[in-house]
Amino acid sequence: MLQDRYSLAFRLYPYQRAADQDAPAPVRHQVVVGGAGPIGLAMALDLGRQGIPVLVLDDHEGIGQGSRAICFSKRSLEIADRYGCGDAMLEKGVIWNVGKVFHDDRQVFEFNLLPEEGHKYPAFINLQQPYFERFLYEQIEAERARGAPIEIRGRNRIDAVEDRGDHVELSVMTSDGPYALEAQWLIACDGANSPIRGMLGLDFEGRVFQDSFLIADIRMTSASFPTERWFWFEPWFKSGASTLLHKQPDDIWRVDFQIGWDVDRKEEMKPENIRRRLDAMLGADVEYDIVWSSIYTFQCRRMRKFHHGRVVFAGDSAHQVSPFGARGANSGMQDVDNLGWKLGLVIRGEAPETLIDSYNEERIHGADENILNSTRATDFITPKSKISHIFRNAVLDLAETLPFARSLVNSGRLSVPCTYDGLCLNGPDELPGGPARTRTGSACPDVPLEDGFLLNRLGTGFMILTIDADAPDSIEEDGITALRLPLALKDDPTGALTDRYLGSSRSAVYLIRPDQHVAARWQRYDEGALRKALRTACGKD
Amino acid sequence: MAKLLTSLNIAAPDEFYERLIRAHEGLSEEESASFNARLILILANHVGDAEVLAEALQTARKPAP
Repeated sequence: MLQDRYSLAFRLYPYQRAADQDAPAPVRHQVVVGGAGPIGLAMALDLGRQGIPVLVLDDHEGIGQGSRAICFSKRSLEIADRYGCGDAMLEKGVIWNVGKVFHDDRQVFEFNLLPEEGHKYPAFINLQQPYFERFLYEQIEAERARGAPIEIRGRNRIDAVEDRGDHVELSVMTSDGPYALEAQWLIACDGANSPIRGMLGLDFEGRVFQDSFLIADIRMTSASFPTERWFWFEPWFKSGASTLLHKQPDDIWRVDFQIGWDVDRKEEMKPENIRRRLDAMLGADVEYDIVWSSIYTFQCRRMRKFHHGRVVFAGDSAHQVSPFGARGANSGMQDVDNLGWKLGLVIRGEAPETLIDSYNEERIHGADENILNSTRATDFITPKSKISHIFRNAVLDLAETLPFARSLVNSGRLSVPCTYDGLCLNGPDELPGGPARTRTGSACPDVPLEDGFLLNRLGTGFMILTIDADAPDSIEEDGITALRLPLALKDDPTGALTDRYLGSSRSAVYLIRPDQHVAARWQRYDEGALRKALRTACGKD
Repeated sequence: MAKLLTSLNIAAPDEFYERLIRAHEGLSEEESASFNARLILILANHVGDAEVLAEALQTARKPAP
């Protein structure tokens, strides 16, 4: 009846009979989250921290085994930091900056991410997905201890979903049999194969890539490699059409072989066959243990709409990309970041329900950018025609000696948050000389202040960031309060504030959304303009 | 079509053409294809201008009548 689909890395929320199962009529919940993966857990954290009751249902009793997503971006860490668990992730994670690209037996070039100074978090950390999820879960426990209304029910499988207009009816299966529930809102975070999407008969269209990849996570016992990302095109050791080597915490290495489309999965997954590929790559004298292995294929696709009545899709359930560029879990975190405050405003009656349409608009914009980038990387890594293969290798040939060609080598364009250029919630962008990177719609870049980092002072609600500009301490517009964060150039110890927020302007006023995106910016405070922008950012125009 | 030069811009056209053909001498069909790909990438980077490159791609695909 309830079969485990995978084994667990951490058993965290064993099944317990809930009072709802004995209730005479279906109990209505404010928000139900379907799926306790990274996106579902983050969603629960975001809402629970706002005091919104949230019930998470998962058909397992904890976090699944397997490293899976291993690259977490600066933006994901910043979002996790807002929830209180960014530091734990950073401490456990591996920071890397150097990457090497090889073709056959030659090193084509080496790159350094050259991280920009003055950010609390690095561009990336490598961290096994189960750890990422566990840190989110531990933060949920900490928030619950402080009274956050978050509940997780393990071995509760959603079997049926009916949209009733102003609520959703759910049928949930447990080992004690089925029970019914109602939800004001259902957030589907149930992954690329989303059963909820299937139950509602919704589309999920895009491009299938005819290739498979074999992952082997290994623990080296006799040798080691530097903390670098190594990528081979057509490697001399012939273990795959391409191969990636990347370090994870606990002295574990991710090896990812591109093994072609027509493969016998069962045969390829045999330990002796995985070892054959690894030995060819590492040399027969290197000793290692295989910690986890898996074969995956992928598609680049998305739902036409992420928001269907009271059911909202977030993460892989709404969009799926190739793994090149680390745009899967990282874009899901941005979905949560975007949806959390909007759902909060709508549930508290502070914004119209149509505000959720802007989640659809903004995150489809993000998903399309991710799909575009990951499709381009995939086409470079796995050329689809003879001429595409010739051009790819021409780029690699030239990249050995000509700097321009290195920029064309695409083994994944690493995830950065998208800018919501020209979308509905944006107010004016009226800061002459202002930097392009903080234009209206951008995610705020971090800045070191005299005491701590800028992003730690943004993100609990709407903020009015002023730099050498006057403004009242707070503004209330139709139930929404924006608090002022007054900064001055004398608080800019490194010059990063000027560089990232002023440009050549001498003063600035930014209206910043709860998800740390710029809603509008001006040179000086204008009450009427700010009130209007605040209304626009809440979907009230 | 605005930015792509379609009138003669090479001072000694016959000489260039001879060099281009001669550059392929002794290459197999596959080596020639690789050579051409490298040459296109080098020239495209030199041109740089996105509009010119887009016009060139379109013109090469369907030569003007």
